[in-house]
Amino acid sequence: MRDVVLFVPCFVDQFQPSAARSAVAVLERLGCRVHVAASASCCGQPPTNAGYNDDGEALLTRFEQAHVREVPGDAPVVVLSGSCAQHVRAHTTHDALRRRVQEFTAFLHDEIGLPALAALGATCPARVAVHIGCHALRGLGLAVPSERGPGSTVAPRNLVTAVLAQVHGLEVAPLTRPDECCGFGGTFALGEPELSTRMGTDRLRDMRRAKAEAVVTTDLSCALHLRAVAEANGAPLPMWHVAEVLDPARRLGRG
Amino acid sequence: MSRPTLPVLDHAAAAAAFVSDADRTEWHDAALWWIRQRRDTAVADVPDWEALRTHASAIKEHTLTHLASYLEQFERMARAKGLQVHWARDAAEHNAIVHRLLAEAGATRLVKSKSMLTEECQLNPYLEARGIAVVDTDLGERIVQLREEPPSHIVMPAIHLQTADVGATFHEHLGTPATLVDPVALTRAARADLRARFLAADATLTGANFAVAETGGFVVCTNEGNADLGMALAPLHIASIGIEKIIPTARDLPVFLRLLARSATGQPQTVYTSHVHGPREGQVVHIILVDNGRTAQLARPSYWRSLKCIRCGACLNTCPVYRRSGGHSYGTTVPGPIGSVLAPGFDLAAHASLPFASTLCGSCTAVCPVHVDLDAQLLAWRADVVQAGHGSSRTRQATRVATQLLQRPALARALTPVLRLALRVLPRAVTRALSGGWGRGRTVPMPAAESFHAWWRARSDHEH
Repeated sequence: MRDVVLFVPCFVDQFQPSAARSAVAVLERLGCRVHVAASASCCGQPPTNAGYNDDGEALLTRFEQAHVREVPGDAPVVVLSGSCAQHVRAHTTHDALRRRVQEFTAFLHDEIGLPALAALGATCPARVAVHIGCHALRGLGLAVPSERGPGSTVAPRNLVTAVLAQVHGLEVAPLTRPDECCGFGGTFALGEPELSTRMGTDRLRDMRRAKAEAVVTTDLSCALHLRAVAEANGAPLPMWHVAEVLDPARRLGRG
Repeated sequence: MSRPTLPVLDHAAAAAAFVSDADRTEWHDAALWWIRQRRDTAVADVPDWEALRTHASAIKEHTLTHLASYLEQFERMARAKGLQVHWARDAAEHNAIVHRLLAEAGATRLVKSKSMLTEECQLNPYLEARGIAVVDTDLGERIVQLREEPPSHIVMPAIHLQTADVGATFHEHLGTPATLVDPVALTRAARADLRARFLAADATLTGANFAVAETGGFVVCTNEGNADLGMALAPLHIASIGIEKIIPTARDLPVFLRLLARSATGQPQTVYTSHVHGPREGQVVHIILVDNGRTAQLARPSYWRSLKCIRCGACLNTCPVYRRSGGHSYGTTVPGPIGSVLAPGFDLAAHASLPFASTLCGSCTAVCPVHVDLDAQLLAWRADVVQAGHGSSRTRQATRVATQLLQRPALARALTPVLRLALRVLPRAVTRALSGGWGRGRTVPMPAAESFHAWWRARSDHEH
């Protein structure tokens, strides 16, 4: 049994807790002993992104203390959001913690390995659009971004599609702009709502054009925004976290 | 024909106005995305692209950290080649020098090739107020000059216009038929008009893409040959050069020339790359080396790397915000991510909204040919904006309350049922209004019946 600390971001805790329950189920099926720091709440990204560094640092300090005090010494801190994971990695001065922090999908890919994921036996008969949050994409390198693709010296890779390939029946719909920003951008969604919703509308249109039946994402913050835009446009589209799709106990997809 | 000076804008309001025209937003986005795809393809043809970027960045950082000595070397070598060199601390000094040089030569008709520096200095209105006829000769620049608008892009100044707009403009100013919208015919009309102005000009003004300290020469890149025509015909040539355009040696040039056009438009090279290494017979060439805030930016530890910028415009083309908000929404000479990093250095209060005109998606940083860490600098400016007291008080209060609450997770979680109840019973219009900008174009999400932490606690209690 390996110890793993699961960090569930504040908005997932409130708005899509089913994704976090699936993450627990998946990690336990993969032989992990899951811990959760009860006193952890927010990584501090929203205030820092808005320019309020004091508030951001206070919350990040709280995040650090929670994970140092409440959970086993060197266990990986698996973060259910690329955006939060990237924020902690980029801003913490706690070197030991930085090394422990990993985004959920990347942890599964790098530490657990694809054969074990395939053995989960997850099934999701659906054609899905994959949305990797920009911070997960460029900040954590979960995939090579399109502007770095063909000319990049980095070997092309996409951890997320590699992980999703282990799910039976799941089909990835190719998008014309594979990694266009959804327009959420944290406080940007509040500060520039017209532009933000326009970006969301464009992103959803590309997904519909590709005949996607649902969206699978590494970042439920993007999904929170995309879902709200889709609903306001009168055309809801299911938004799933990677963990939900991998969870053999959940039956997502057609039928 | 002058252009109005740029008004101070709130990016969110200006962007909302632009995006309210859905069709225009559509083709503006599509046009720029097409350019970005051309760039991606062109970049893929260069196997050592990443090494080139790293090398170019290193050259620029070296130059900027030894700028004084390279500028002095450039001045010495340029003078030795028979080029006159002037120094301008700011826009006012620059404009005064240009006017004095024109006055001394008795020149009243000036043709200009594209120079964002002279836009930054507001040179055209300054000269026109003093009786100088100024004609911009880059096609895109000419179009926006006739329309009395500022450029909306540093490489494609009229990218915000469609051929019908250009047709209407040329009909009004150049007398083309009202129905004429064919780009080739419109370009021919502009060329015919410009040709006469080139031949009649007393002086020409160009910018420079690079100035080489080792040789004292400078390089101008264009796709239309308009800079070359001006330089070849006019007896007086003034080159306005920002001091950050210096590179050490001629050997460094090809590094940047390979990066510039590919990043800008996806071309392997610009169509014309002209080297000025001395005046031709019968011609006088003056170089004005302009600071105008550059040394101040160089002194800022968080932002000095923005001076590495070679003005290719790649960050504009890839930016999902710029593509949908248009260049005019920034209210600055240089729009887009790089403009939002440069402008606050000139006047923080006036440009306080620009560092927030980004989702921090990071694509700008990923395309930048000289590794300017644009998203990190945009984030740094946000803290400086707040520190300087230019943040909104509403955001300040909301952030304070949220932080206080999140510092007490148990309390925050205890309040969730209250929030859920409120969202359920309040009318939609009220929750929408309370959600601030979120409710515009989006539904307000409903918290789940049971939070993850509540479920986790119950499960743990059950197990023990």
